[in-house]
Amino acid sequence: MRKQVLYSIRSPYRQPMEVTGFKFGSGEKAICIVGAMRGNEIQQMYVCSQLVKRLKELEREGSICSGKEIMIVPCVNYYSMNIGKRFWTMDNTDINRMFPGYDLGETTQRIADGLFKEIQGYAYGVQMASFYQQGDFLPHVKLMETGFTDHKDMIDFGLPYAFVRTPRPYDTTTLNYNWQVWETKAFSVYTNATDHIDEASAKIAVDAVIRFMVKRGIITTKVTGGSVTEIVDERGLIQIHSPCAGICKSHVRPGDEIRKGDLLCEIIDPLEGEVISRIFAPVNGIVFFNYNRPLEFEKSVLYKIISI
Amino acid sequence: MTTVIASAGLAVNERIEIRRNRITGEGENNGKRVCIVTGTHGDELEGQYVCAEIARVLSENLSKLCGVVDIYPALNPLGVDSITRGIPLFDLDMNRIFPGTADGTMAECLAADIIKDISGADICIDIHSSNIYLKEIPQIRINELSAEELLPYAKMLGCDFIWIHSSATVLESTLAYSLNTTGTKTLVVEMGVGMRITREYCRQLTAGIFNLLKNLGMWSGATEPVRDPIVSGERAVEFVNSGADGIFVPCVEHWVDIEKGEHIGDVLDPATGRLEEYVTAPCSGRIFTLREFPIVYGGSLIARILVGGEDNA
Ligand SMILES: [Zn+2]
Repeated sequence: MRKQVLYSIRSPYRQPMEVTGFKFGSGEKAICIVGAMRGNEIQQMYVCSQLVKRLKELEREGSICSGKEIMIVPCVNYYSMNIGKRFWTMDNTDINRMFPGYDLGETTQRIADGLFKEIQGYAYGVQMASFYQQGDFLPHVKLMETGFTDHKDMIDFGLPYAFVRTPRPYDTTTLNYNWQVWETKAFSVYTNATDHIDEASAKIAVDAVIRFMVKRGIITTKVTGGSVTEIVDERGLIQIHSPCAGICKSHVRPGDEIRKGDLLCEIIDPLEGEVISRIFAPVNGIVFFNYNRPLEFEKSVLYKIISI
Repeated sequence: MTTVIASAGLAVNERIEIRRNRITGEGENNGKRVCIVTGTHGDELEGQYVCAEIARVLSENLSKLCGVVDIYPALNPLGVDSITRGIPLFDLDMNRIFPGTADGTMAECLAADIIKDISGADICIDIHSSNIYLKEIPQIRINELSAEELLPYAKMLGCDFIWIHSSATVLESTLAYSLNTTGTKTLVVEMGVGMRITREYCRQLTAGIFNLLKNLGMWSGATEPVRDPIVSGERAVEFVNSGADGIFVPCVEHWVDIEKGEHIGDVLDPATGRLEEYVTAPCSGRIFTLREFPIVYGGSLIARILVGGEDNA
């Protein structure tokens, strides 16, 4: 393993922030895995740290295929993580909205540029991403559709679901999108936590990445076969929005199979305790996502259902 | 008359309300409508005073107004109320969710209702005030795609500067882009600095808006002469970013001509006083953006300069 400072930035009041990469093997740039770009992505950093640990063992065993280089960047924005902020310390900008970056630009554009120069040129790129909505969901891998990456490649992660997302205007400045523009086949892996550590789903993510590396001939090790992956167009998910605000009491969890008409949740008046609304399943399907905060407002996304 | 044009339930005993004050003139109804919109970013408050001034003058002079002026003081009311730039709860930039969708999440529904309400106006003026880091001379920003159509109206607004900038994909989710591409002419104003009211700039823009109303045949009251803006046109814009970290202390005035190599300010180490960077102008031109917030990292924007200057009035 080689530890390398990929990019560093100075602050007038703090020790310099040194974005650190861990390299294994040497030769063709096979795969790069990037963890936390936001200060609350603790689970994403944790998954990467577990991968670093696994790869150290695999390297000792001689299980990294010759001529293949792997790089892991567990945490980009630890300046924000150390002070409990989600976005950049000073100006609240999001590094994952600054790619491909600009070396003469604003601070976060420079960080994106400095990082991107080092993580370019890999055959595959995996971002440990955090979900943009508050809730529990099934672990999955996602592809931003640019025409460059083959949907079927996602099957090798062995996760139950793989999503294809049609980019929106604001997606064009993300790492995933720009990796593909610069000809790295890119995927985002989502596990069921962000600002806390969920061991079970972290293990699922670590195994998925290890499995992908085995299937792609980057490492050799024993790994379980994983799940049969269903590839789903993200637009095909059925979203259920809350008809009114209140306290949400859910009766189903991600992974539950539901029949049309099943009770999904009750919404309770936060001051009087009465049930003010009941939400029923509109179709037969699998619960992919459910909102997990006690308080919800009108039109909150409460469920996403994969219809079957 | 104040109307709630978009609303949704918050968790406990409250609804978010996006309000519009419709001022209907008592002059001859010519069917015209102008929208004044602000408060998309909760930390930008210059537009609050502009709205208040326009509402005050119009309501005292209804007989001199023909048509309708709609004032939307806070598209992001929870943000303005809590000094949060984005929408609180979502960590979401409200100017990245347009045009929204009626069957979407709360923010998307609100965005769709806002677009629906403004659509069809003769002109919409979307007032921003930079952020807390930078001070902007009163200026209109126009996407090059709609420059030809918008420039004549932009010139009526009495701002100092009109910046015609290139288009970027991310900007397609802004209110102005959504309205301009669906036929409602929208002008984006940037002026002053976040979390402050700069009275001089607010009065300048208010006078400009009355001038626009007069030109549209909607206002027969008094107007003040407005200044002729500099239009960026073919002139390039240069960015000056800090090369060091420390505190930035400027030594130039805002909106002045500057020669290439001239001293703009210093970046200092606060503990030792050491000069970390002697910041100079990379080109001759006029400074229209100047850093207000003193702490800088490498990359922090210090100034924007409109290159050249022979035609400066
Ligand atoms: Zn703004």
